Amino acid sequence: MSDPIDPISATPATGLSRRSLLQGTAGMAGILASGLAPAVHAQDKITLRYLGTAVNQDKTIAEKFEKDTGIKIQYVAVTTDDVTKRAVTAPNSFDLIDTEYFSLKKIVPTGNLKGIDVKKIKNADKITPLFTTGTVAGKAVGDQGTAPKKVIYLEGEKSKVFAKSPTQFMSLIPTVYNADTLGIRPDLIKRPISSWAELLNPEFKGKAAILNIPSIGIMDAAMVVEAMGIHKYPDKGNMTKAEIDLTIKTLIEAKKAGQFRALWKDFNESVNLMASGEVVIQSMWSPAVTAVRTKGIACNFQPLKEGYRAWAAGFGLPATLSGRKLDGAYEFINWFLDGWAGAYLNRQGYYSAVLETAKAKMEAYEWAYWMEGKPAAQDIKSPNGDVLAKAGAVRDGGSYEARMGGIACWNAVMDENEYMVRKWNEFVAA
Amino acid sequence: MSSTSTSIAAPVADSPNRTLHAWWQAAPFTLVFVLFFLIPLGLIVMVSFWDFNEYELLPAFTLRNYFAIFEGCSTLTEHGDFCVSLSTYLSTLKFSLLVWGITLVLGFAVAYFLAFHVRSSGMQTALFILCTVPFWTSNVIRMISWVPLLGRNGLVNQGLQGMGLIETPIEWLLFSDFSVVLAFVHLYTMFMIVPIFNSMMRIDRSLLEAASDAGASAWQTLWNVVVPLCKTGIIIGSIFVITIVMGDFVTIGVMGGQQIASVGKIIQVQTSYLQFPLAAANAVILLAVVLMIIWCLTRLVDIRKEL
Repeated sequence: MSDPIDPISATPATGLSRRSLLQGTAGMAGILASGLAPAVHAQDKITLRYLGTAVNQDKTIAEKFEKDTGIKIQYVAVTTDDVTKRAVTAPNSFDLIDTEYFSLKKIVPTGNLKGIDVKKIKNADKITPLFTTGTVAGKAVGDQGTAPKKVIYLEGEKSKVFAKSPTQFMSLIPTVYNADTLGIRPDLIKRPISSWAELLNPEFKGKAAILNIPSIGIMDAAMVVEAMGIHKYPDKGNMTKAEIDLTIKTLIEAKKAGQFRALWKDFNESVNLMASGEVVIQSMWSPAVTAVRTKGIACNFQPLKEGYRAWAAGFGLPATLSGRKLDGAYEFINWFLDGWAGAYLNRQGYYSAVLETAKAKMEAYEWAYWMEGKPAAQDIKSPNGDVLAKAGAVRDGGSYEARMGGIACWNAVMDENEYMVRKWNEFVAA
Repeated sequence: MSSTSTSIAAPVADSPNRTLHAWWQAAPFTLVFVLFFLIPLGLIVMVSFWDFNEYELLPAFTLRNYFAIFEGCSTLTEHGDFCVSLSTYLSTLKFSLLVWGITLVLGFAVAYFLAFHVRSSGMQTALFILCTVPFWTSNVIRMISWVPLLGRNGLVNQGLQGMGLIETPIEWLLFSDFSVVLAFVHLYTMFMIVPIFNSMMRIDRSLLEAASDAGASAWQTLWNVVVPLCKTGIIIGSIFVITIVMGDFVTIGVMGGQQIASVGKIIQVQTSYLQFPLAAANAVILLAVVLMIIWCLTRLVDIRKEL
């Protein structure tokens, strides 16, 4: 990992020490007086400003990375929408971006991202084929919406367009991904739930919630509309105006009938709604379900027959990044794919982009529970030691292949995005 | 009050040297005002006429953003509602009026108690500080602390159920108009108390005695003496409360379960989708509405004269 980096990083390092030596001679008296040796400044530690959502910014990961490499990670936590906004409007305010693939349709055309040279990524060829070819265990999964395979390759390092076939440059190196579904309170619902249509079932009137991030919320709504048999979308991730109207109309009717208790926008809101029993069924994220469970409250991340809405995040580099910071960013990405971080994320219920290296850092019983859908041989603990599942429990959604193989669509940005946001506001105002 | 200010103002105008000094004294604030208010405002107005796509702003002159806001406002929607902009403004105005009315009555009562019933000035100060205690925590925290109290399984519902007053939990306590107004009143009554208390403290106590001597009842004194003399405070408090509620999106979001619309919320959603020109157009309209309200309020009282 360090081999391709050394020759490049050597230059600025010596440049720095020479400069500080010069300063040293000039201001010798001052330095002697203060008792500082000039060489102190020779190897300034670099700090990478890591822009992303709070969910992916784990303190333990940053600490472990700094321990391993001496490079500091400074987390800049904002919401999903704000990550995109910063990438478009202030590309020099970060050194590494952690964003979702669907945001790329907005960021890449600005030219603010630099293609990542896969030749510098040690485990690039081991990245799961879900990203490169859109398959799980050799079978193609749903590619409605912004599937990563559509936007993962760039035509060149400084390209503003996506490549149709694999190239040397990736827009984002995948880090974590998962497939979302409905979260339910089995103790309060007391019957099996098997379809997205249940979200708008009047049985749960006043006890349902949906995600209030329009571009994702509308996808959940589309899953419901399809499950109710109202309409079959050619591409849920890219609706026509008429389809947006229809979807929002369905939501408005449900809202007027008092179906929703609340809408939620951030992770903690969804956890609180569920944990307090304000809602019993809502669209939900996997780690939020885990968070409810660690409070000792029953909560299922319910697999549904229509499949999942998938999302994937990855690391990208700002176009202006260069020198030692660029090397540091590559080093971080390589370190991230090297197994420790992957195992850490797998234990939180996410999936890591390079499964092989993560497997090497996990216990066999953990791998069997998280990835193979087998009953836990012993208590399953989260990375910080909370018990997530007792021995004998099986993960919701089963194995990696069962869950990721069941993807129906991906989080997306539509061509009619502006119209969609306007209609979504209409739903909120109704 | 007004006579003293004119007597100071007169000699200033006489000497050109003094005028220059006055300008210098005004300069720092003018600079701040221009830098942090006028220029940004000008930019917002400018951007509201720009075009945009998914990822960039396109400098141009187009009325498209304003048209988009009022699109469909000539007819009712198929659900029998007004268009988004109109119904959002109506709901925002409704909250402003409700909150204004309640905070006014509450704020006036509290200020009246502090100013006329509490005799010792030490006690007045102590009670006044007591009123500000809640402001030592952030207003998001003060807001969120209502949630476990009002929820379906919250303290209020549990208490009522425990006493056997209700069978099933009351649903409208949380994520409803009620909870929004409650949180606003909790957060902003202070903004009414302070200016009203301030004007009450400046009322000459002999006026009250005179009213009493002339045979006025307590209510007559209140209505014919105290209220007119507190007008300035009332108007200043009203401006605070109304402008805050008109622009709010956090309180309405948190307490309304994110399903109650407010103009601020729409602007926030649009900026998070990089639709800055649309958001700017909305902001310009909101500003115009708020300015009109303030203009109407200042018609009732000449604040500059009263201060």
